[in-house]
Amino acid sequence: MSQIEKLSLDVPSIPAATAGTVRQAPARRWYILVFLAPALLVYSALMVIPLADTLRLSLYRKVDQTSVFVGFANFGRLFGDPNWSVHFWQALVNNIYFFIFHLLLQNPIGIALAALLSLPKLRGRSFYRTAFFLPTMLSFVIVGFTWKLILSPIWGVAPTLLGFVGLKSLFHPWLGLESSALTTLALISVWQFVGIPMMLIYAAMLSIPEEVIEAAELDNVTGFAQFWKIKLPLILPTIGMCSILTFVGNFNAFDLIYTAQGALAGPNYSTDILGTFLFRTFFGNQLQLGDPNMGATIATMMFLIILIGVSIYLFGVQQRMRRYQL
Amino acid sequence: MMYTTRTSPLTRGVVHLVLVAYTLLCIGPVLLVAINSFKSRAAIFRSPLSLPDATTFDLIGYRTVLGQGVFARYFLNSMIVTLGSLGCVLLFGAMAAFALSEYRFKGNKLLGLYLSLGIMVPIRLGTVAILNMMVASRLVDTHLALILIYTAQGLPVAVFILSEFMQGISKDLKDAGRIDGLSEYTIFFRLVLPLMRPAVATVAVFTMIPIWNDLWFPLIVAPGEATKTVTLGAQVFIGQFVTNWNAVLAALTLAIVPVLVLYLLFSRQLIRGITAGAVK
Repeated sequence: MSQIEKLSLDVPSIPAATAGTVRQAPARRWYILVFLAPALLVYSALMVIPLADTLRLSLYRKVDQTSVFVGFANFGRLFGDPNWSVHFWQALVNNIYFFIFHLLLQNPIGIALAALLSLPKLRGRSFYRTAFFLPTMLSFVIVGFTWKLILSPIWGVAPTLLGFVGLKSLFHPWLGLESSALTTLALISVWQFVGIPMMLIYAAMLSIPEEVIEAAELDNVTGFAQFWKIKLPLILPTIGMCSILTFVGNFNAFDLIYTAQGALAGPNYSTDILGTFLFRTFFGNQLQLGDPNMGATIATMMFLIILIGVSIYLFGVQQRMRRYQL
Repeated sequence: MMYTTRTSPLTRGVVHLVLVAYTLLCIGPVLLVAINSFKSRAAIFRSPLSLPDATTFDLIGYRTVLGQGVFARYFLNSMIVTLGSLGCVLLFGAMAAFALSEYRFKGNKLLGLYLSLGIMVPIRLGTVAILNMMVASRLVDTHLALILIYTAQGLPVAVFILSEFMQGISKDLKDAGRIDGLSEYTIFFRLVLPLMRPAVATVAVFTMIPIWNDLWFPLIVAPGEATKTVTLGAQVFIGQFVTNWNAVLAALTLAIVPVLVLYLLFSRQLIRGITAGAVK
């Protein structure tokens, strides 16, 4: 805070418009500090400092009730000790699978729905829009349990519905099988969140200037050709943004898997991702005691992964995409 | 994209077929839960897809859930936490956005960048230290702990959106206020804030939903009976009543209703907000 205080108070560089007014601005503009202080205090105290402190805690170990600096020993354990590394790598691989699954499904479905919604003279547009965005508003607890019930072999709704189209034999208790549980959860998560890319892409499509479309039609570029050659390139930056939002969301996801499969991310850890691994490690469960320092170590790894992803997006993808923008 | 001027009825029909099918996929699961929550146990399993009728109608699930007598408190807790955080996010966020976009001072850009860090970095990553801090300051199992956390979580996006909006507010109005000798505080609260209402409403909807729906922080920082939110309460309750289908379906329906009401009330606002945000 002290640095900020200094920065904001002793600088009389007032923009011309303000400086020219009747009331001479005082040399020390305390009000700037008053306006900024609450936000900066809460944000720093609960977001920035805890994050920094978590990174610090990953370098410590608790020995006989006292914290001891151990350097990168926790990371050594996470990667070197098979008790930890097996779970970490499994969670990471699962998490990457979870993300790629989202990327490959969520964006195309979002684009398709947005394209349909932005058709001119479409009846019932706002009804469809409202319905498509509904799952996004529901909590993971509702979504997780609802799908768990629907897919439950005890209730039998899913096999009945499949039976209507003659595919009853395809039904399996997907959430309970190691081979299909993670894919099923990814599908549920896509079902829930496809509304976000849909809305953002829809908005981007609406913002394409009329003249561009008219020019395309004059050149006889219509229908699918128009979509591929004109609209898609123009909405690429939005697709990039949706992808990075999904990336950050997926790499700190937790709630859905905790709700549907519990803290042990069953069956046999097959749905374990970094968020559930962090929770189990930090908080403990039936099988082990909570370990804040190892929890901090995992959180640090998650931070690094998100940092790398966001950097690739900001400095690689976004820069390259900018040339498409109008 | 397929029909501009030449719309054949066939194309239109196919488009609507696809849209209706997807609508069913979106609201079907919610409807299914709601419908079955009003049926007797036997009917839930015998004919899950039919509406409740005179013989199958049963409120046993709701009696079980409400008989616990805790859901009202969970609901109240969620309200306190959500509204408390929302108030702080909007007030502090608008103040900070005003300062950042109205005044030029050294470090302005840097502060903006500092605040927007939280848009990309999830607050959850700091959980270990947050819990330590809450334990040290005896804030575990208090509403205040959750309100502080959610305020920090909501501020980055709020400041970002509100700053964009602040730039569109006329300079003449503020300068007229200054000529009249109004203080900077009066200018902000009396002149600028009322003009910000549409942007504030958008931010409010964006901020509210993730707070109401969050499971992580209530689970870690405020799991006590006195501070349990609806989301956590439903999670725990359903976990305990797994085999009582009536109760589970009723609890789910009760958890859906407030969100659904809010959503239907504000969906126009929300959609306009998203659409306006992307159009630049």
